[in-house]
Amino acid sequence: MHLQYELEGGNFTKAGFASSEIKKVLKQLNVDAKTIKRIVVSSYEAEVNIVAHAFSGIINAWIDNEKIVLHFNDKGPGIPDIEMAMQTGYSTASPAVREMGFGAGMGLPNIKNNVDLLEISSEVNKGTLVKITIGLTPEMN
Amino acid sequence: MNDKFFHHALYFCKETCIGCTHCMRVCPTQAIRVRNGKAELLPNRCIDCGECYRVCPVDAVKVEQDDFNLIYNYKHRVVLIPGVFLGQFPEDINQQQIYSVLMELGFTHVCEVETGAEILRSVMADYIDENLHIRPVISPFCPAIVRLIQVKFPSLVNHLIPLKQPLDIAGLYAKQLLIKQGAKQEEIGVFYITPCAAKIAAIKSPVGETQSVIDGVINIDFAYNKILTIIRQSKSKKFSSAKESDLSPESILWALTTGESSVMRGRSLAIDGISNVIEFLEQLENEEISNIDFLELRACDESCAGGILTSSNRFFTSERLRNRAKSVQQPVERSENDIQNFREYLSEHLSIEKIKPRSMLKLDENIGNALEKMKKVNELMGILPYVDCGICGSPTCQSLAEDTVRNEAEISRCIFIQRILEQKGTFTNEESVKIMKEVWGEGKLDKNLK
Repeated sequence: MHLQYELEGGNFTKAGFASSEIKKVLKQLNVDAKTIKRIVVSSYEAEVNIVAHAFSGIINAWIDNEKIVLHFNDKGPGIPDIEMAMQTGYSTASPAVREMGFGAGMGLPNIKNNVDLLEISSEVNKGTLVKITIGLTPEMN
Repeated sequence: MNDKFFHHALYFCKETCIGCTHCMRVCPTQAIRVRNGKAELLPNRCIDCGECYRVCPVDAVKVEQDDFNLIYNYKHRVVLIPGVFLGQFPEDINQQQIYSVLMELGFTHVCEVETGAEILRSVMADYIDENLHIRPVISPFCPAIVRLIQVKFPSLVNHLIPLKQPLDIAGLYAKQLLIKQGAKQEEIGVFYITPCAAKIAAIKSPVGETQSVIDGVINIDFAYNKILTIIRQSKSKKFSSAKESDLSPESILWALTTGESSVMRGRSLAIDGISNVIEFLEQLENEEISNIDFLELRACDESCAGGILTSSNRFFTSERLRNRAKSVQQPVERSENDIQNFREYLSEHLSIEKIKPRSMLKLDENIGNALEKMKKVNELMGILPYVDCGICGSPTCQSLAEDTVRNEAEISRCIFIQRILEQKGTFTNEESVKIMKEVWGEGKLDKNLK
């Protein structure tokens, strides 16, 4: 099954919408609660990353019997040093974004801790693509 | 889903029901369908919140009640009254009068439910401190909320605090006190005056324990009308004075909104109204909310003051309880029978078993099958009108699609689909009428039009 959502940079009111929709689908698919939690945590973080840093983005989700694959594709500033961005506490978020309770430098590390596969590719001044895979059945984890 | 029977205190009176969809539209768990012109309850989905009861225009939604004479099966007859019961009565009627009439009606002892909060308050605070890994913890005070979380938010069940609530604690206390005074366990009957259906369901099929300590229920509107009538008819009669309550202000306010959250340590939040609670739990489940220690969630607006069986305006009930709390003389005097002297026994009997989820959302146990079904649901949604008119007998287009995939409905019940098929010439008017009669019965389509 394929799902797609569009995101608008700077619209924090809508941040979390796609993750919430994905969660609703997973609940109907009888995916176990712990796995749903891992998916929602990582997808919400990735969604907020786009809203906080990029101009616009598209989320694609593919679900089959065994796994969910999520692609977070944004147009934005890109990440100059991905290794640095993966470190806990490192953030380039603006003071305005931090005031809203985001930008604590937990995003990417938190995603990494909750997924089975994570791939990040980025081009400065163009955008970032975050690819996530999470197994849906306990045997895959 | 296991095949355990879920007891519901709400039921629909088929003779009275006019098949109007009011209840179906407001049900927060989509637990109602219309079949043969009558509302039907899906027992695995119903959480006994009573939203249907509030909106039914013909009083076809009923709340079961035990026979009052059941109390005479016991030698010692205890009535447990919630604070909101006293709050039903106008200001010119005092607590003593209400107590005396309760005795006159046949009870031998009166005990306030919120007495149990005197013990629970500190035990619950300790639980919160000892379980730092569970955040936020959710109070299981409101049985409709416990059931809502079980069916709609199964991933949050382990946030529910596994402790008995003031009602059960007060029941245990009353029984222990009477046993201490020489009564035999089997001679004691404990009855609860309930402001809502969810509390009845919680007593008849408790979550996390096998049997409730409460022996029977009396609905608050029944008790209120009976007592008010006696008081009004005996204006001149003198009432014997009964014991003034020795509740602390915190306990008096326990069942109102912020009753729990205001006395719990840490960052606590109180939310009332079932739709507010659902919205909040969605966000909590989405990981959008963090750094909260304790959640007080109540299905009714103004909490128990807004219980579906109450007679008085919820805001006046609230006001009366708040006034009463203000008037308490501190420190509260303690007698030898005080609940604090039973703290040890009660603390040992407070735990309940882990509360288990029973999701109503899954389309199938197996992910592969569920995916297939979801594909079909999405296909059906592509042809359904998104009007959510309810004429098919399901509350929304989405639920008709899901019911169809579960083989519990047919897509041709949708009047838009019927029109589409008629245009194509593959469906006759007779067929449409036949389907409509299956959902709505004969009556609604059998009228004389000039």
